[in-house]
Amino acid sequence: MSSIRLRYFASLREALGPGEDAPFTPGLTLGQLRDQMIARGGRHAEVLARGRALRCALNQQMADEASPVPEGAEVAFFPPVTGG
Amino acid sequence: MADTPRVRIQVDDFDLSAEVAALRRGDGGVGAVCAFVGTVRDRTAGQPGAISAMELEHYPGMTERAIEAMIDEAHRRFDLRGARVIHRVGLLQPLDQIVLVVVTSAHRGESFKGCEFLMDYLKTQAPFWKKETTPDGARWVDARVADDEALARWGFAASNAG
Repeated sequence: MSSIRLRYFASLREALGPGEDAPFTPGLTLGQLRDQMIARGGRHAEVLARGRALRCALNQQMADEASPVPEGAEVAFFPPVTGG
Repeated sequence: MADTPRVRIQVDDFDLSAEVAALRRGDGGVGAVCAFVGTVRDRTAGQPGAISAMELEHYPGMTERAIEAMIDEAHRRFDLRGARVIHRVGLLQPLDQIVLVVVTSAHRGESFKGCEFLMDYLKTQAPFWKKETTPDGARWVDARVADDEALARWGFAASNAG
């Protein structure tokens, strides 16, 4: 079965671990994927909550939540970046 | 022109003079070198000594690619001879060096602009996260709206902190 690889960084990694797989759904957007993960409840609901400023990447490129998630994609959720 | 990698993410410290020398080596067209070094402060909100350590995390693969793309963009916008970025990750101490941006050009204006552009871009678009240790414990550093505003000056809409 095809799936999506999820990766987490910084505070999200501490709460959820470095990553996990999620089922692929044709036409699913990044925002809808985030909502699916929120619906799992628990820590997912807490750290991915809509009130939290999060950024996401699709196949290692910054992306917005309207982007569709292709089969086999690598999706990352993380807090705003603070390097430099 | 130097043939060292344009982007390096590393745990080890770096030597500013050696990096500048490597970038200039053999390029007689260089008339200007501009370098920026970011370092770890020991304070937050004006409390000296409040920060005892800084940990830096990145997204291996994406971080390098994002900075490579920034350097390409800097070359499109400015008349640069070369550019190098080194960013450290892992556990750092106050006063340690964190980041180096070096840019060369024929004349100073392009170097100053290219160097500042790369730093402004990196602050809001490269996937790095800082965690600082204070007397109250460790905490993830908040993104600053001022950094988004700095990038906006170059015509980019950054919405990292906001």
